[in-house]
Amino acid sequence: MSTFIELDRISKHYGNNVVLENLNAKVTEGEFVTLVGASGCGKSTFLKLLLGTERSSSGELLLAGKSIGREPSPERGIVFQKYSVFPHLNVRENVALGLEFERSALLGRLFGSKRKEALEQADDWLEAVGLDHALNQYPHQLSGGMQQRLALAQALIKKPKVLLLDEPFGALDPGIRKDMHELVLGLWRKYHLTVFMVTHDLREGFHLGSRLWVFDKVRRDPHAANRFGSTITYDLPLRSQDAPVNAEELDAISDQLCATTTKHIFSE
Amino acid sequence: MLRLINFQPSRALKTALGIIPFLLILLGYQIGSDIRKAENEQDKLLPSFTEIADGIDRMAFQANKRSGEYLFWVDTKSSVIRLAKGISIAALIGLIIGLAAGSIPIIAAPLKPLVTVISLIPPLAILPVLFIAFGLGELSKVMLIVIGVSPFLIRDILQRTQELPREQLVKAQTLGGNSWQIILRVILPQTLPRLIDAVRLSLGAAWLFLIAAEAIASTDGLGYRIFLVRRYMSMDVILPYVVWITFLAFATDWCLLKLSRFVFPWYHADK
Repeated sequence: MSTFIELDRISKHYGNNVVLENLNAKVTEGEFVTLVGASGCGKSTFLKLLLGTERSSSGELLLAGKSIGREPSPERGIVFQKYSVFPHLNVRENVALGLEFERSALLGRLFGSKRKEALEQADDWLEAVGLDHALNQYPHQLSGGMQQRLALAQALIKKPKVLLLDEPFGALDPGIRKDMHELVLGLWRKYHLTVFMVTHDLREGFHLGSRLWVFDKVRRDPHAANRFGSTITYDLPLRSQDAPVNAEELDAISDQLCATTTKHIFSE
Repeated sequence: MLRLINFQPSRALKTALGIIPFLLILLGYQIGSDIRKAENEQDKLLPSFTEIADGIDRMAFQANKRSGEYLFWVDTKSSVIRLAKGISIAALIGLIIGLAAGSIPIIAAPLKPLVTVISLIPPLAILPVLFIAFGLGELSKVMLIVIGVSPFLIRDILQRTQELPREQLVKAQTLGGNSWQIILRVILPQTLPRLIDAVRLSLGAAWLFLIAAEAIASTDGLGYRIFLVRRYMSMDVILPYVVWITFLAFATDWCLLKLSRFVFPWYHADK
């Protein structure tokens, strides 16, 4: 498989504050990359580079051979932890909005049969994420998990090349989180998505990803914490989702990783 | 014994406690009026409730002998029309400029300092300028309200627009929206209920400017009437007019709140 996304010596700093340094990796289409690491280790910053809301200070981030744009585009779908859905639109309208933007340049709004068609397409995606029972509700009437399902449907209707998930389940209850994991894995397999997901839950990272990146600092200056940035310290290919990892083995790896990452947190 | 800070009055008690101050004011007024009337039957400062009722009857339910008009309603109509015009124009200005500046940084850059400075000009200080520029007709009165209220509305809408979660705007961009589409479909609809909030807050100021303008140069209107009958110490007309103005202000506020709740239920959901 050819390279789909390439990180070429990427670094990012704000003034003297170095967040990321020397990120190198290649990702092929269809991979599910989970990004883990301690807070403040730059995994969310990296996602912003992918999203286009931040630019790398040096190095290149290539998507399908081309430099990634300076601003967000429909190529890259996003689900944030919060505020991903529009509170003034009902569930169907939230999802159909992506189609309305595309099909009505001037008003961003469709009428009559075109609107009906867009809403029906939205319904298909809402069914795919299991929200077909709440089509006419407003986001404030939905639970946190349902809102995240809605945000997924919104993103997927644009058929993005890359789906970015920024701690999408961080605010959810454990039970609901488990359902969401199944949903995301199902969608990933069914639609052959390329996914990048930031999480601070290591187990979640292992469970979902086909590849796991650990962000951490290689060098540390005890007197200036921001002197050196993080990089990808572990790049682990995980086993195929169809043959789940042996639970004990997973625990062993995660303990080891936790030890390395938490040790640094405590030492800071 | 509960701490006072934890004691919540029941609904009925709350209502009763809410009414009591009004009753006390009425009672105090009655007593004061009685005392003054006992000293001087012709006292005009605190007219009795009967005299006030007569005043209302004369102004609202009997045609004026000279003009044949029902002055109370003529005044109300003129004032309400001026206020509605002023507020509508100010709201439109506030929405358009506030929205544009709040969504587009390059528009905010030149406008923000300007609006801040303009909002600090006391509107009444430039009332003479308005009279000179727009004459003594309706326009200058409406303009006073517009000038008095719109800087506040612009600043408020600008700030509310910028308070929308950044994530929403990024999300809209990943859905393929361009600037115009995002303003139209994402920012504008969420700004409208906030505009209603801002208008509700500015109603008091709008009334102030209206009454000031009417007091200085007008031939009808609630403010005009109050200042006219002051010459005859007609408290029996002034007091009901003040109560009526208060009621109109309250009713407008209440209607706007109901309208907002009805049209934008999602906005009031988490409040």
